[in-house]
Amino acid sequence: MTFLAAIPSELIHIVIGMVAIMAFVGIHVLVLVYAERKGAGHIQRRPGPFEVGPHGILQPLADAGKLIGKQLFTPTNADPILFWMAPVLAVFPVLLLFVPMPFGPVVTVQEVNLGLLLILAFAGIGVLSTMLAGWASNNKFGLLGAARTVSQSVAYEIPLLLAVLCIAFQKGSLNLSTIVEGQGSWPWQWNIVTQPLAFLIFLVCAFAETNRAPFDLPEAESELTAGFHTEYSGMGFGMFFMAEYANMVVVSGVCTALFLGGWKGPGIDGVWWFMIKVYALLALFIWVRWTYPRVRFDQLLNINWKWLIPLATLNLLGTVFLMKVF
Amino acid sequence: MSMIRKVLEPIGDLWSLVVGLRITGRNFTRPQVTVHYPREQVPTDLTDSYRGPIALVPHPRDATKSKCTACMICVGACPSQCITVVKAPAPVITPEQEKTFQEAEARGEEVERPVAPREPVIWINDFSLCSLCGMCVEACPPRCLTFSHELNAVGTSRDAFLHNLLIPYPGSLKPTPEQVQKLQER
Amino acid sequence: MHYEQLGVTEGDFYNRNFEKGAREDTMILNLGPQHPATHGVLRVIVELDGEYVIRAEPVLGYLHRMHEKMGEVKTLSQFIPNTGRIDYGHALGWNWAFVGAVERLAGFEVPERAQYIRVITTEINRITSHLLWWGAFTLDLGAITPIMYAFDDREHLLDILQMPTGSRLTHSSFRIGGVCTDLSEKFIETVRDFIPKMRERLPMYRDLVTDNVILRKRLEGVGVMDADMCRRYGVTGPVARGSGLAYDVRQAEHFPIYEGLDWQVAVRTEGDSMARYLVRMDEMEQSLNIIEQALAALPAGPVLMKNAPKVLWKAPKGESYFAVEGARGKIGVHLVSNGGEFAYKVKLRSPCFSNLSAYAEAARGTILADAVAILGSLDLVIPEIDR
Ligand code: SF4
Ligand code: SF4
Repeated sequence: MTFLAAIPSELIHIVIGMVAIMAFVGIHVLVLVYAERKGAGHIQRRPGPFEVGPHGILQPLADAGKLIGKQLFTPTNADPILFWMAPVLAVFPVLLLFVPMPFGPVVTVQEVNLGLLLILAFAGIGVLSTMLAGWASNNKFGLLGAARTVSQSVAYEIPLLLAVLCIAFQKGSLNLSTIVEGQGSWPWQWNIVTQPLAFLIFLVCAFAETNRAPFDLPEAESELTAGFHTEYSGMGFGMFFMAEYANMVVVSGVCTALFLGGWKGPGIDGVWWFMIKVYALLALFIWVRWTYPRVRFDQLLNINWKWLIPLATLNLLGTVFLMKVF
Repeated sequence: MSMIRKVLEPIGDLWSLVVGLRITGRNFTRPQVTVHYPREQVPTDLTDSYRGPIALVPHPRDATKSKCTACMICVGACPSQCITVVKAPAPVITPEQEKTFQEAEARGEEVERPVAPREPVIWINDFSLCSLCGMCVEACPPRCLTFSHELNAVGTSRDAFLHNLLIPYPGSLKPTPEQVQKLQER
Repeated sequence: MHYEQLGVTEGDFYNRNFEKGAREDTMILNLGPQHPATHGVLRVIVELDGEYVIRAEPVLGYLHRMHEKMGEVKTLSQFIPNTGRIDYGHALGWNWAFVGAVERLAGFEVPERAQYIRVITTEINRITSHLLWWGAFTLDLGAITPIMYAFDDREHLLDILQMPTGSRLTHSSFRIGGVCTDLSEKFIETVRDFIPKMRERLPMYRDLVTDNVILRKRLEGVGVMDADMCRRYGVTGPVARGSGLAYDVRQAEHFPIYEGLDWQVAVRTEGDSMARYLVRMDEMEQSLNIIEQALAALPAGPVLMKNAPKVLWKAPKGESYFAVEGARGKIGVHLVSNGGEFAYKVKLRSPCFSNLSAYAEAARGTILADAVAILGSLDLVIPEIDR
């Protein structure tokens, strides 16, 4: 028993936290898949999944079972190592992104002083996985998808950073919990009021970074069949799928913490406020996806370079200026 | 002027996005239009104009028989060649009968020689070939074909789609073994 | 460098042939035969420089069903069901073109009520066809919801169309000398009810899709085809009308019923994908107008000629050509008869075939996404191209 005592409590903390994150992500992917399909269904005036379980509630489980049961298939001439590394690389960095996430006043896996930086840094790895997937599958559609991802993600990271920096400057911290602490309980005390432009920019970039419609170019179905994951079958595809939804949760979580007051809200503060806000954002994601057509690739970059980056820069300069003056 | 328009245009553009969201949002709350198929069916006033597999009309005087006179016109009219009609065979006249007929004729009497009954013994529609075009229905001189309104024509083998249209008519004549054999050879 | 000379045996004839003119630094990509954007089994080989399309070449023939040959081995009336299957989108247009050709050859006079019924059902079919295109086109552009709304309306229209034609997709209800079934009271009532409903839906379509900035930016100025180019390729229908060519067979050939009705040929002059899109949206409205007026003016009378041809009818010797305005363009049937039950030759002029020919030129130099948008804006029905 003594050796247990030798294990630093920090480590135990982290391990428990990671397990909790995995469970959280797993459950949320299932819930989101269901929510998305139901949401899409209702928007299109059809019931969505309906047959498996009452109102199709077990459909995501059935889907997961199907994906797991499928044969894993490596295309000829593909690079098997890179090919199978990509889906793994897509999922695991996302799990790490949950570490500094401030779910509630004490409900954070690990308080990290540079939490925001950590999230932005690890989010970049997701691009790598997409690129690897497209490159290694030796498929022209995949290749095009990968090329699109790289330019898209790299481009949109800049305004995202600039938008986040505004908040960081304003609050003087890169720790998400501190940023949340700096906001009040009532909606007019949240950062969205002082930084509406940054919020909008962040939101647009969030759509682009998570490859969600209308910016889902890397997997544009009508052009590239399925883009970078054209060749993936079974759980290979499932992992990308999971990563996409987990990414959505992360982005919504960060957005909540930065702009929407995190766990704070009228009445009793707590995890529930955080989750409510995250779900509201996720609903927005789903809603938008089923409403708009896809933008074109050059337009996507134009929006970024011609609108978002100048606006974000101006916003940042303005923020800095105002902070110096007052 | 153009300056103002340049500024206003993006606002209008963004507004169009909001309008789109509002429309999908409104539809989200509207009732669904789906018919949950196995539990619900489309209303029958829709299906009664639907052309299902063809069927024979019963004879006006004898409901156990079909009205078909085995004239074979539908067979020729069908573009898909999916109709097989076999006429009832002419009854075999035995030598004794023949003799009595001849005797009667010799006596100058009117004799009614038995003729082939104007009735089909086999009436098969290969539904897997049928294009539901209605040529047979329109061509049939006694108007003895209709479209059924059967929506659920399913089967697990090709033979399941060889619809025997005489099944609802137990009173129709039975084919002779030779006729059946000839059909099977095809 | 020829592909085969490089010792590569991949790809088929088309690929290898295509490789001949390719530049060193480009990529040959097969869109299709199974590809979400081609809505069928069309195959487009594109040469890509990054995302830019240098050449695009459609490859046809994956759905060739020998309809023209079948016309030679089936009696004239037996061929009618085939015409309903050439273009599943606008089956009645083809029906009409064929029976029209036969009637012109034989000099038949179609009863007036039958002519009105033809107009009404063809126009309803045109709307269903445009709705199908609208949904599929927005799907090409990445919007998934509009197709569901379009199909909602389309299903109602198909319910209506089912009453006189008996089928929901491959209608074949026109006969030589008339139509096969009369319009029921219920049909007329349902259509009357439906027209205002559809008129209410169209603004919703406009708000959701037409006015959407993303869609407008994706279509405006994309795939410009000027009037001259349309003439060169024999492009007809909404595509030509989007390029300022006010050619509509219904008007140009003085169709008897249409002449008396108040409607306009929808024309746009821009020649880009947006113009083609808008022409079709306008056409839906015009079709509603036509249906409404035709229903109001529907005369009584028989729907089939008195001595309509029987099964073994022999067409007189000679040839005839008849064209109608299909949802996709000019549908033409050229019929040659040597006096037998069968046609000697049936030539089907498919609008999609001509429209597709212009694709290679229109798509050159565009971005891959635009190439897909242009393909969608041509409103191709693949079975019709191959016939
Ligand atoms: S409906 Fe047409 S295809 Fe079917 S049996 Fe009758 S004539 Fe033949
Ligand atoms: S169904 Fe009609 S056309 Fe066919 S054989 Fe019988 S009577 Fe003649």
